[in-house]
Amino acid sequence: MLTFVGLGLYDVRDISVKGLERVKNADIVYLESYTSRLMGTDRDGMERFFGQEIRVLSRDDVEQNPREILDHARSADVVFLTGGDPMVSTTHADLRLRAAAAGIETAIIHASSVASAVCGLSGLQNYRFGKSCSLPFPARGWFPTAPMETIACNLRLDLHTLVYLDIQEDRCMRIPEAIAIIEQMADRCGIDPPDSYIGIARAGSSHPCVVAGTGERLKAVDFGPPLHVLVVPAELHPMEREYMEVFAGL
Amino acid sequence: MTRRKKMVERVTELMDRPERIRNIGIVAHIDHGKTTLSDNLLAGAGMISEELAGKQLFMDSDEEEQARGITIDASNVSMVHTYEGEEYLINMIDTPGHVDFGGDVTRAMRAVDGAVVVVDAVEGAMPQTETVLRQALKEGVRPVLFINKVDRLINELKVDQQEMQLRLAKVIDKINRLIKGMNEKMYNEGWKLDAAKGTVAFGSALYNWAVSVPYMQKSGVAFKEVYEKCHSGDMKWLARKSPLHAVLLDMVVKHLPNPIDAQRRRIPIIWHGDESTPEGRAMLSCDPEGPVALMITDISFDPHAGEVATGRLFAGTLRRGTECYVMGAAKRVNRLSQVGIFMGAERIEVEALPAGNIAAVIGLKDAIVGSTVTTLQEMTPFESLKHYSEPVMTVAVEAKSMKDLPKLVDVLRQVAKEDPTVQVSINEETGEHLISGMGELHLEIITGRIKRDKGVEIVTSPPIVVYRETVTGRAGPVEGKSPNRHNRFYIEVEPLEPAIVKLIQEGKVSMTQPALERRDVLVAGGMDKEEAKNVRAIEGTNMFIDMTKGIQYLNETMELILEGWREALAGGPLADEQVQNLKVRLVDVKLHEDAIHRGPAQVIPAVRSAVKAAMLMAGDSLLEPLQKIQITVPSEQMGAATSQIQGRRGQVYDMQSDGDMMTVVGRAPVAELFGFAGDLRSATEGRAMWSTEFAGFDLVPASIADDVVRSIRRRKGLKDQLPRPDDYLA
Repeated sequence: MLTFVGLGLYDVRDISVKGLERVKNADIVYLESYTSRLMGTDRDGMERFFGQEIRVLSRDDVEQNPREILDHARSADVVFLTGGDPMVSTTHADLRLRAAAAGIETAIIHASSVASAVCGLSGLQNYRFGKSCSLPFPARGWFPTAPMETIACNLRLDLHTLVYLDIQEDRCMRIPEAIAIIEQMADRCGIDPPDSYIGIARAGSSHPCVVAGTGERLKAVDFGPPLHVLVVPAELHPMEREYMEVFAGL
Repeated sequence: MTRRKKMVERVTELMDRPERIRNIGIVAHIDHGKTTLSDNLLAGAGMISEELAGKQLFMDSDEEEQARGITIDASNVSMVHTYEGEEYLINMIDTPGHVDFGGDVTRAMRAVDGAVVVVDAVEGAMPQTETVLRQALKEGVRPVLFINKVDRLINELKVDQQEMQLRLAKVIDKINRLIKGMNEKMYNEGWKLDAAKGTVAFGSALYNWAVSVPYMQKSGVAFKEVYEKCHSGDMKWLARKSPLHAVLLDMVVKHLPNPIDAQRRRIPIIWHGDESTPEGRAMLSCDPEGPVALMITDISFDPHAGEVATGRLFAGTLRRGTECYVMGAAKRVNRLSQVGIFMGAERIEVEALPAGNIAAVIGLKDAIVGSTVTTLQEMTPFESLKHYSEPVMTVAVEAKSMKDLPKLVDVLRQVAKEDPTVQVSINEETGEHLISGMGELHLEIITGRIKRDKGVEIVTSPPIVVYRETVTGRAGPVEGKSPNRHNRFYIEVEPLEPAIVKLIQEGKVSMTQPALERRDVLVAGGMDKEEAKNVRAIEGTNMFIDMTKGIQYLNETMELILEGWREALAGGPLADEQVQNLKVRLVDVKLHEDAIHRGPAQVIPAVRSAVKAAMLMAGDSLLEPLQKIQITVPSEQMGAATSQIQGRRGQVYDMQSDGDMMTVVGRAPVAELFGFAGDLRSATEGRAMWSTEFAGFDLVPASIADDVVRSIRRRKGLKDQLPRPDDYLA
């Protein structure tokens, strides 16, 4: 059996009780380390807390060579840990499909995700979010402007946009550079960049940082260590505005 | 004032008057006497002493050239000639005749407007005569003919005067047939060579005399005198009465165009930008006031000055301090620190050099051979230089001592910059540096130069034949999945039609030309209109066509798709050899909604695998390079000569007798030609004259294909087991 268990937002204690039980009783525990990361702990911390050996998987291990995971899941209880809520990062749908195709029973144990945490941290209403998007670090021959197009499209419909920031092995994108990239994309598309943003750092920790304001203002803010996430808000509802004034220094 | 100083003064005075300039090249088959001709022209024009000329091979400034007695690089000289009381500046480029150096010829032809084609009176037109002539006509360069070694007809073949004239007429006929075949329009418009009109001269470069019909009126020296004086061994008299340089340079001034006339005709051939732009107008009129338009045709390294870029200045004026941009390189200013022209191997600095000249400049850090250099920020580049030959052989080089490695890397970069027919690459697995060239001799010279000129001790591997891969059938749509399986690319492959391949090779189709023009040329060449409209990239003779419609995010993903395609082309699935003549059609795409899930790490491998798998399904096959071989031997040696070709998986397809000599023409795979020179020599008691040239790629015969593929795979450390499509589509 293969169980996808969400770790939640920040440290080992964000896992659900159900999830914790499943991990403790598992034969094998894998940790996927590339779609998100728990900044409040590390592998050692998890191993101590769960009392289990944890095998860390790279993107290649999951995407190119999933056979090992599936082979184990055929005869043993395998847990596949992810940051946040397992299926929010769409890529894991593939692993579940492969497992199903191999006749392996699967299950998901959910946990909190930044996708919903932003509502509580910023006061923006869940009902008013449009398509979300990720903002990748540009690479050689690749500077997609699709994120800006998504933001612009949402703004036209008066919807908020949740912007996930790229996480790579050696670096995590931070809010000021994300805003700079968005502005570059807007320039390339020949449209105006957004007027305001809400930057959120370390959601789920005891010391999150939430700041709303113009691009200029946010580029000067020191949000502290990752992970960072960004929201481009539409016109604010009075309740949203009030919440933000109280909790996000608007 | 010394003679040299005076010469410099005259040269610099004339370079401002384009109607008094002739930019010419001298082209010939190897050993037909081109360098001797150049030297004697220089001597006659007072550039070097007459005693030295003909002995020193002044233009062969490379030690290697002098040692081998052949010319390797094109060198540049300027000289002054007086014709009908007026002085003219002749900028001359000497080009190599050996086929292994064909790239130099192509480049030289871009820089010049006229060519003196030198042909040996005894041997007549040879294969490389044809090659260089074709290169000249292709670039819009007008030819005149010099038939050299006429004395050999008389003194060695002992023909009588009538026979001599008949033979010379035959040589002219042959060249005219070639010109007509290559460009009938120009032939009919006056490019037909005609001794009576003075576009043909006859003589002996070595003995420093020549005659032409117009000059006969002046000198009174006609064929009768030529025959008698050669016969009696008094060629000194001929040289006095009818000197080589006077006859030849008269012909050049009278019949070859000046830059103003030439550029009006040639610019549309070599530049496909908009002729109504300032740079277009300036080039068409050879305007020194316009923006700079310089095409780099050669780069050499001067131990004192550094990198010297030589090229033809089509518009504008170059001065020290001129700020230029190199098209296709990073957009940064390249400031000229020196501007000059050539005299022999020597460069003379000038204050300002106007359009119409051949320039030698220092300071173009970003330029490579073929670069377009301009003072504008943007300009349509010149059509890239087309080579008629492709690299057919590779050697691996290694620095003898590890500490020389950085130096070797640097030197290899220089070598690639100097000679665009050389390809330098790194074998990622072994870390070896690979140099690919046009043949055994070419590679020997290059590696020799690295050791001698650049002072790097290297070890070289035995040469290896360069193979290619292509498909023989069609396949698809094949679904390529990204590693996360959220992105799908549907790809079809088939052989690119030979007519289209030819259009690419001839430079008639390129990604730099306007899309509409490209579409029209392709449709005229027989391509489907929809396909022609959707060509997204051309790489070598491979084409990528995007047949999809309205797929969101495809545009921003296209560069990654093309990168995956290029990676597949760099090494096919069969033997990891370069792919050619492949048409890839992208027929459908499914992309992940979010940009981060369709990044480089997802898209590139997906497309690469799909192309490789599709190639396997479409009958991926190995191609080997062939060379055309022409051997001229005494009739009794003919059997030995033909068996030298046939014994090497070769094919003889033409035999002609000329008196007691036979000429055998055939072709054979490069793989079988190692040691050919030695074997032929011993088989024919050293009496064969022969030449080879690149004759394209052809399928490796089925009977040996498997063995060849396996041996390449083994050499490269690939798995013995051939890959199957499924290996790429997991």
